[in-house]
Amino acid sequence: MLSVKVNGTSIDVPPGATVAAAIAIAGDACRLSVTGQRRGPLCGMGICYECRVTVNGVAHTKSCQTACEPGMDIRSDE
Amino acid sequence: MAAAVRAAECGTRVGIIDDNPAPGGQIWRSAAGEKKPEEFMHWRENLDRQPVARMYGLRVFDQPVPGILFAEGQNGHFELHYHRLVLATGARERFLPFPGWTLPNVMGAGGLQAMAKSGLPIRGKNVVVAGTGPLLLAVAAYLRKHGAEIPIICEQASWAQLARFSLVLLAEPQRIAQAAKLKRELAGVRFAANSWPTAAHGHDALESVTISHSGKTETIGCDYLACGFHLVPNAELAALLGCALDSGSVRVDEFQQTTVADVFCAGEPTGIGGVELSLLEGQIAGFAAAGNAEKARELFRARSKAQRFARSMDRAFCLRPELARLCSPETVVCRCEDVTYSRLTRQPSWRAAKLQTRCGMGPCQGRVCGAAAEFLFGWKCESVRPPIFPARIESLGRPELSPETTAITGSQP
Repeated sequence: MLSVKVNGTSIDVPPGATVAAAIAIAGDACRLSVTGQRRGPLCGMGICYECRVTVNGVAHTKSCQTACEPGMDIRSDE
Repeated sequence: MAAAVRAAECGTRVGIIDDNPAPGGQIWRSAAGEKKPEEFMHWRENLDRQPVARMYGLRVFDQPVPGILFAEGQNGHFELHYHRLVLATGARERFLPFPGWTLPNVMGAGGLQAMAKSGLPIRGKNVVVAGTGPLLLAVAAYLRKHGAEIPIICEQASWAQLARFSLVLLAEPQRIAQAAKLKRELAGVRFAANSWPTAAHGHDALESVTISHSGKTETIGCDYLACGFHLVPNAELAALLGCALDSGSVRVDEFQQTTVADVFCAGEPTGIGGVELSLLEGQIAGFAAAGNAEKARELFRARSKAQRFARSMDRAFCLRPELARLCSPETVVCRCEDVTYSRLTRQPSWRAAKLQTRCGMGPCQGRVCGAAAEFLFGWKCESVRPPIFPARIESLGRPELSPETTAITGSQP
């Protein structure tokens, strides 16, 4: 298992897990829509952009296509 | 993979650009530590034997001039030079809106499977699987094998359509075996034809789904809804390059060549047809791009057979009109810009919708709402502008050649 931080909370994920999985395990949403609705991944394959979050300071990173790395800092809209 | 292997076997210098972190596209995506399918291993081993340059996590977003592509990854951007191009950009699921579909934990059918393969815990979770096509059964079987409970599989096709399709299946031995395996894996799971979701409910996330089946409605508590209505070609790059499309699919000749010189296309973008057809088209494209017409011709017969199966799939799972009437006025259709159904019903065309409401102008560039709008309103939702994926400003400037790209950069024109 490796450890990443989702919105400040430490989350353990299996190796190979995506950032999207880590956010789901943390129980957070990925983003808030333009009218403030909670959103999570829809397509799981890099098409819909609903899963975008800030990873290690880089905004609009598609979490469903990004593998977790130890110590990664993940921040979603919430 | 198939195209790269065959082209490399002919002695051409080959490079692969893939926006995923690992090879195999969606169909051969697998969880870490999971046994990989034999067919994938066969092609992977072949690929490993060839001197093919491979760049993963890289997304093509523009073509400044023929022969050059601009691509971006998490850590940089690249200028890629080519003499011949084979596009194998795959397909995405078609999503149709209904009340509540934007709640977290409503995902595509392939989407939830991809998430599960990428570490999303599903053991002990209740998952309603809905939509259309054989993908639903494959997804349900996968989820169940990994500990999820499947209260129901909702297929929108009618029993008559399914019966006709199963006759087609029975004509081919390997498909009978596939079907029998699925039947075993799904023993005891409720399956309903004439069935589709009419609403998803929940506060912060999905809590239950209301489905319609044969005129009756039923609400089922669940953790996830895996819902996809067949597939749509990812033809945006082909369109950007100027390739002609027919009803959203890339037009190709018998050698998988598009209407643009030196650009070939294989797999789902030429018409949704499944993995067997894609592998054949990929090989033909690889041989043809490498200049070996003879080897390409050897596969024509097998390809025709696979194409016939693909066409019968299209007929069996065509979408019923009720699915275009699921929205309430406040149902969001464009998720990127939160454009509701009522605002779109006032628009005469896709172009007007984009201008007046910003529908299709957000990050997904209409990949989700465009396919929906085509079905809901009968609009033609084609029109592509670079960048075809959102790109960083620094990538839109003058990209630098890095050492990795010189391996696949041909001689300078």
